[in-house]
Amino acid sequence: MVRFPGSCDEVDALRACRRFADADLLWYEDRDLSGVDAVVIPGGFSYGDYLRVGAIAGLAPIMEAITRFAREGGPVLGICNGFQVLCEARLLPGALLPNVGLRFLCREVELGVVSADSPFTRACEPGRSLRVPVKHFTGRFHAPPDELERLEAHGQIVLRYREGQNPNGSVGNVAGVSNRAGNVLGLMPHPEHAVDPRTGSADGACLFASVVEHVESGVLAAAA
Amino acid sequence: MLIRPKEGILDAQGQTVERALPALGFEGVSGVRIGRLVELEVEDGARLEEMCETLLANPLIEEYEIEEITAP
Repeated sequence: MVRFPGSCDEVDALRACRRFADADLLWYEDRDLSGVDAVVIPGGFSYGDYLRVGAIAGLAPIMEAITRFAREGGPVLGICNGFQVLCEARLLPGALLPNVGLRFLCREVELGVVSADSPFTRACEPGRSLRVPVKHFTGRFHAPPDELERLEAHGQIVLRYREGQNPNGSVGNVAGVSNRAGNVLGLMPHPEHAVDPRTGSADGACLFASVVEHVESGVLAAAA
Repeated sequence: MLIRPKEGILDAQGQTVERALPALGFEGVSGVRIGRLVELEVEDGARLEEMCETLLANPLIEEYEIEEITAP
């Protein structure tokens, strides 16, 4: 779990991860990811959202190690600001723009799991609906039309807002998108805030369970 | 550097301002785009474009103009 100056969801995200595996905080100046099986970049306001959301964090010292980790196939999950950081670091396609209504949104939305082939959704049933909160001002996913077509063709759109649930004007109702290889995923909604029915929904848990399942299957395959 | 949303990108801020102006009696305004201005001093301006491409603007969603003013 990466913490930048200005991150604010790392504690909830750590708790969500710890339901399924060991998880610890990394600092934005760390350069060594040895022993790490999966990286999560949590939500927040890294570097005060100065210049553009995610732009400065995208250049932080740890990003070099994360880029290497991602190129080698390591799973990297970016939530909200983490998604913005991964786009700015060009580990994910597209960009995030201010919400169409220019309002900070904080509410539960319904997502559809478009693809359960991803390391982040393999424990979710395809087509399943997930109720997960969003809370952001800059969450409108943008990709030019030809890029969007490519993303669809290559199955990189992993999560979509259900019809009528798109809170921010994202193109194609895209809520979560992966890189071409599939091992890097960014999403605006917050699965880490939806892991316990006592706080409204536990639907977000399947994303964390998926990553752990993915890592464990790799370990088993390597041992076989 | 003048940085503004690219042509074709919905500029929610620009739209909101465009709707607000007539309410104050400023009629006939269209095409409002809102961006940002970055002022900086450099000894040598050779790398200004690179600065825009890598950090100051996101070329996927923004376009930029560089205006160089030489100190008298």
